[in-house]
Amino acid sequence: MIGWWVSDSRKLAVASRGLLPAHKWWLLRRLSQVSVLGLFMLGPMAGIWLVRGNFAASDIGGMVTLADPYVLLQSLAGGAVPIAPVVVGALLILLLYLVVGGRAYCGWVCPVNIVTDTAHWLREKTGLTRDRKLDRRSRLVILGATLVASGLTGTIAWEFVNPVSLLQRGLISGIGFGWTIILAVFLLDLVVARRAWCSHLCPVGAFYGLVGRAAVIRVSAARRDACTDCGACFNICPEPHVIVPALKGEGSPLVLSGDCQNCGGCIDSCPVKVFHLSARGRGGAGQVH
Amino acid sequence: MASGKRKVNRRTAIVEVARTAGAVCLGGLSLAALVRSADQADARALRPPGAQPEPDFLSACVRCGLCVQACPYGTLSLAEWGQEPAVGTPFFTPREVPCYMCRDVPCARACPTGALDRDIAISDADMGVAVLVGHEDCLNYKGMNCSICVRVCPIRGDAITLEEGEFNGRKIMVPTVHSAHCTGCGTCEKHCVTGHASIRVLPRDLGLGGDGRNRAGRAT
Repeated sequence: MIGWWVSDSRKLAVASRGLLPAHKWWLLRRLSQVSVLGLFMLGPMAGIWLVRGNFAASDIGGMVTLADPYVLLQSLAGGAVPIAPVVVGALLILLLYLVVGGRAYCGWVCPVNIVTDTAHWLREKTGLTRDRKLDRRSRLVILGATLVASGLTGTIAWEFVNPVSLLQRGLISGIGFGWTIILAVFLLDLVVARRAWCSHLCPVGAFYGLVGRAAVIRVSAARRDACTDCGACFNICPEPHVIVPALKGEGSPLVLSGDCQNCGGCIDSCPVKVFHLSARGRGGAGQVH
Repeated sequence: MASGKRKVNRRTAIVEVARTAGAVCLGGLSLAALVRSADQADARALRPPGAQPEPDFLSACVRCGLCVQACPYGTLSLAEWGQEPAVGTPFFTPREVPCYMCRDVPCARACPTGALDRDIAISDADMGVAVLVGHEDCLNYKGMNCSICVRVCPIRGDAITLEEGEFNGRKIMVPTVHSAHCTGCGTCEKHCVTGHASIRVLPRDLGLGGDGRNRAGRAT
């Protein structure tokens, strides 16, 4: 008996491998997203100051400064001359995502991901299928536009509208009317197009996608010979095009596209364990975790 | 971005590049227009001590809130959507909580970006300047000896003094701000006894007249 709430794309895996194994990476991801946000909320809410600031820039235990490289890039485009802490902080974050996968930010940290995943789940459960075709490269155009706008106005332009920073800042220090923008993103993903925001429009994701092209940790379709063509991984994947070369190609079984979020949805949903998490240079053989 | 297998000749390549560049510029211009209309509202926002001039501040501040969290008095907050200053940037409303002018300026020290000058001495801070905007309501103008603003001023004797004057044929003591000493901390605005504060902190460009266009009366 599989619960009604289980996503269709996980049902085969639940049947063949069990409920928990079919949600392993999903659970880890949610745990990561909630605890990162929770760490930042502990200070203002409970007075426990392990970390200060928010995702734009933070102070970790009074020792390390971290900063968002995309925000810094806009700041530079806007003509700012930043001081050392924010530059070093942004480089540290860049280094982190060069290891764990650029868009791991999207799948493992960003709170908007929870909003859009929920919209996607609801879409499936309510049978909404309207899918206004968007070009997934739109986000690169928007990324370029935010840098142009920053240069023209001498500000950090995307931060005036960015739902990503709006939501996490809102949860940490109050959101005002910002919830309307979050609602707009939710509705966009629910009724306009499948995974409209994160996989087509968000320039933050686009930025981390560029970083991710060079990242070390990769999903590997190591046992692709066992593939039964059930389609579960394509259904669950927020960026299905990244799977094709690894699963159906002749070359490396590693998923090499920068668009991959390392979310592990394919690993969770596969009924025959084709995928696992691996790393560049391991030829898709080794297992990381 | 482009798939390797697609046949690309020079014409389609040029058209595609032009189209992408056009889309980037169009998007950039629209976002720039939106940002400009949003930061028009900033005029009255009071920034933390050590803040760079507003245009530089807006390109440097990443909206991380470290200054907000460093303030021991809860003076600062990050602007939310629908509030006046650019969304996410730190500001304070002195009528609610003024700046208490900490000697070690923890807010500025916490800034990772240089949007706030970490080395600012609090006496050099320029958050704005106090202006007696409501002299019709000011009790001193009515001939009373309220003088709360003068007595609460942390830079007492320098930033606000009482100067003898005459109003409606009566001798009065006029609360007089000296902009060279006033940091714009807003303690006077906080404690002013009239319904809305008769003395308010304004950003300098709003609060001060500036030099005259005629040489007469200009500081030499």
